[in-house]
Amino acid sequence: MSATGFPVLFAVALLSAAVIGYEILLTRLFSIIQWHHFAYMVISMALLGFGAAGSFVALARAWLERHFIAAFGAGAAAFGVSAFGCFAIAQRVPFNPLEIAWGGWQLAWLPLIYLLLSAPFFFAASAICLAFSRFKERLGLLYRFDLIGAGLGAPLVVALLFLGPPVLSLKLLALAGVGAGALVVAPALRRNSAGALAALLLAAAVALPLAAPGAWSALRLSPYKGLSVALTAPDAAILAERHGPLGWLALVESPTIPLRHAPGLSLKSSSPPPEQLALFSDGGSLSAIARFDGDLAKLAHLDDQTAALPYHLLARPHVLVLGAGGGEEVLRALHKGARRVTAVELNRQMADLVRREAGAFSGALYERPDVALHIGEARSFVARGDARYDLIQLALIDSFSAAAAGVFALNENTLYTVEAFEAYLDHLAPGGLLAVTRWIKLPPRDALKLIATAADALAARGVADAAGRMALVRGWKTSTLIVKDGALTPADIAAIRGFAGSRGFDLAWVPGMLEAEANRFNRLDAPYFYRGARALLGERREEFMDGYKFALAPATDDRPYFFHDFKWAALPELLALAAGGGLAQVEWGYVILVATLAQAALAGAVLILLPLLAGRARAGALAWDRRRLVVYFLALGLGFMFIEMAFIQRFVLFLGHPLHAIAVVLAAFLVFAGLGSGYAERLAHRLGRRLPKLGGVTLIAAAIAALAGIYIGVLPALLNALLALPEGARIALAVLLIAPLAFLMGMPFPLGLARLARHAPGLIPWAWGINGCASVLSAVLATVLAVHIGFTAVVGCALAIYLLAALMFAGRCDATAQYDEL
Amino acid sequence: MRAFFTCGIVLLLAAHPAAAAAEAHYAEQRAAMLHAIDRDAIDTAGYTGRRGFDARVMAAIGAVPRHLFVPADKASRAYDNRPLPIGYGQTISQPYIVALMTDLLDLGGGDVVFELGTGSGYQAAVLSGLVAEVYTVEIVPELAALAAERLARLGYDNITAWHGDGYYGRPEKAPFDAIIVTAAASHVPPPLIAQLKPGGRMVIPVGAAFLVQQLMLIEKTAEGDILTRHILPVMFVPLTGER
Repeated sequence: MSATGFPVLFAVALLSAAVIGYEILLTRLFSIIQWHHFAYMVISMALLGFGAAGSFVALARAWLERHFIAAFGAGAAAFGVSAFGCFAIAQRVPFNPLEIAWGGWQLAWLPLIYLLLSAPFFFAASAICLAFSRFKERLGLLYRFDLIGAGLGAPLVVALLFLGPPVLSLKLLALAGVGAGALVVAPALRRNSAGALAALLLAAAVALPLAAPGAWSALRLSPYKGLSVALTAPDAAILAERHGPLGWLALVESPTIPLRHAPGLSLKSSSPPPEQLALFSDGGSLSAIARFDGDLAKLAHLDDQTAALPYHLLARPHVLVLGAGGGEEVLRALHKGARRVTAVELNRQMADLVRREAGAFSGALYERPDVALHIGEARSFVARGDARYDLIQLALIDSFSAAAAGVFALNENTLYTVEAFEAYLDHLAPGGLLAVTRWIKLPPRDALKLIATAADALAARGVADAAGRMALVRGWKTSTLIVKDGALTPADIAAIRGFAGSRGFDLAWVPGMLEAEANRFNRLDAPYFYRGARALLGERREEFMDGYKFALAPATDDRPYFFHDFKWAALPELLALAAGGGLAQVEWGYVILVATLAQAALAGAVLILLPLLAGRARAGALAWDRRRLVVYFLALGLGFMFIEMAFIQRFVLFLGHPLHAIAVVLAAFLVFAGLGSGYAERLAHRLGRRLPKLGGVTLIAAAIAALAGIYIGVLPALLNALLALPEGARIALAVLLIAPLAFLMGMPFPLGLARLARHAPGLIPWAWGINGCASVLSAVLATVLAVHIGFTAVVGCALAIYLLAALMFAGRCDATAQYDEL
Repeated sequence: MRAFFTCGIVLLLAAHPAAAAAEAHYAEQRAAMLHAIDRDAIDTAGYTGRRGFDARVMAAIGAVPRHLFVPADKASRAYDNRPLPIGYGQTISQPYIVALMTDLLDLGGGDVVFELGTGSGYQAAVLSGLVAEVYTVEIVPELAALAAERLARLGYDNITAWHGDGYYGRPEKAPFDAIIVTAAASHVPPPLIAQLKPGGRMVIPVGAAFLVQQLMLIEKTAEGDILTRHILPVMFVPLTGER
């Protein structure tokens, strides 16, 4: 490597970190201004800037390599300018996803947003790709810095997000990109006029995010989000906020026209909720904080919601609330005479807001001696503890409109899986209750899926009469399912009937009920809920599920998509209703995912084929068949991400927090892959010499497949067994488990590039671009696969893909002996 | 001065035929909209239980110049059978939904109606032609002012529109024969249920902006019992083979 070599290595690492940080940040930013499933679509598309960069550098390679310093500096500077500038413009595009159902012209804005957001990826990727092309003699080392940079970028941006608003992180990342350019340009400044030009560009790039007026960087929320609507009331204002990687929390007060949140309050209730503060998460999901002066009698409205049902079957229970939020379920427990409340909240900042800014207002709810608040992931909390509870209450923490629009369809959710229900049931005291409240969707979906989930969990626990242990009560907007540890007694059933009847709630299921009782107060065309419950708890379960127009099969830890209920078979009927607004019932998250996959595949194909057509004459003879080359680099991109994503999912429960899982798993994978990449050539040589018939790369890929296979078999049981370890030990163990696999996974890519460097260096940027496209595609594809066949099968696919890569590397090249000892 | 005056006359003369042409154009669009509502009504008869809407309801909708209730830049789409944004995170409902909600209320000429969530004022204007008095309240000050001015300018003098908190209804005008709650709420304010006359009806659209997928009809029986019915205009039956 030349004299500029070391600065280039660090510049690549820094730029890599900035790019991955920008990707994570975009998800955050779009979750706030729109809805996160659109973030998914936009980002995966924008990442195709990577593919475009590969094609661009492949086509203009000679010129770019000659002006490497200026070109790299300009690319990094352009990343800085566009990361900030293009987002500022993109959020001014009047795109309203809610209106898509009503006609096509909204979709016309999407390409513009894509173009704007892909620009930063394109610039940064061009610079990185150019470095690979220019310094082809040290590919392993460059790749190592690239991966390690990316590996550190992920946890770094998670940390940055705690510092302040996400726009601050955006500015810092833009500056980091510029810094990467400066690293390369600075040493050459005196020698080179192009370097001076690049320096000027860099200075401009620094100036933009720093000097831009505040209005440019202010986030522009969709006016249809809950927070925007709440703030249209006169004098409504944000009292306090918290920024963090789990979301933006805003505490809102509306003194003139008070906020009143009491989802699904009985129409027979004469108790309006007391004064409230609203706590919005990412401007959407609302959690109410009620004014509480210690007088529980003022909270009578809490007894007029379906979630109050379990308290009518229990006396002075010890309650576990999963999803403490603003404290509604905690207050309900206290109002209904709980002797002790244990509450779990995922987001420390949420608890912090309730304790501090809303402390006096909420009557220091979480400081009471009879309330214990724990911060952590609910499933892990339950699994790790020995305590048993009279009632485990799953709070309704997501918003109705988001749930109704199918926004959550693709959120992995570990609270509503069969295994989760088994864990809850295992932690019930004798005769205790599990209670789950969900929004009513019509046609019925969530409520019925919960019944199927509970039935599976009970069956797994060897209970024969699941139907005798369950009751489902529905109001006009919410439903509550209870599952008892033991059969419901006649006294229980009488209490349920009394509770429902006096509040105008309907029975959807209690043991021994008649169909005539099922549709009294909130009348539907037919007693759909009761019929569904009866079928799911009886012999006709499978037949009913097959005939139902939404997917009701319970979610599992392997396929943790409780909110996914889309069936392709129902699509024609939905489309036929489109004119009347029938598309409102489409589960958008899933449809968008599939659309994203389609467009990413299409764009990827174009970007991969383009330079191939343009460069046909130039590339010269190549020992490696081009089709095999494409498949090889595609396979590596797909396989790497499949395994990475499946591991993140697996480790959420083990590490007790989604943020820890993302940070630890991403960092471990990328850093160890980076270390592996530097060692790749040596290992491949050694293996190749010992087993010349097989070849080093083939053996490495086979080893990855074998290791992945072992993990499929061993990991779930191992992680479950070690769940009780302290956190530090669990993180160390996670890194230890990932290290060998990641170390090997870092090798095939630089080995492929090294082969190209020897035989057809002109194709390096192209191969790099193919790999980039594949990584994007695979993130989307992995989710689609996980929805349908589960994460275990996704790792299985990765295993097959690595074997395919091994085949592609071997094969004809070895046979023609044109190929070297790798 | 004389030049100014002359200009004014010329402009008036020139504008008049253009305005008349625009009026005729909108009347044509309005007729097409009524036709679209009729078609939707037939398509959804299986779910709503009504093959067509009351002729009085359709006449009332046909009499309201919807293009004057949407922002100027959306006037050309005012008569499309779809909701449109009116600013402040709110929408003017799809004409078919307006017709269905109005029809579900079974209104009589002497009725007094309360509306929570004035929005553009369009629903109130439709009601105005069917009942004796309409009381409508809007939380967003800007929307409330716009709607009140618009309704007054267009001569809807049996509508009282004001800005404020509608949660406690309008006790001095209660009980109401019918109530419409168009502002999406997590619950139905208990005071409003109390202000509904025995035998009265209340209708509430359920769903996010642009994505209203069901209506809830609340009936207070003569005995004071509360019954609700979910009307699912565009829903399909969940089980295959059923209808």
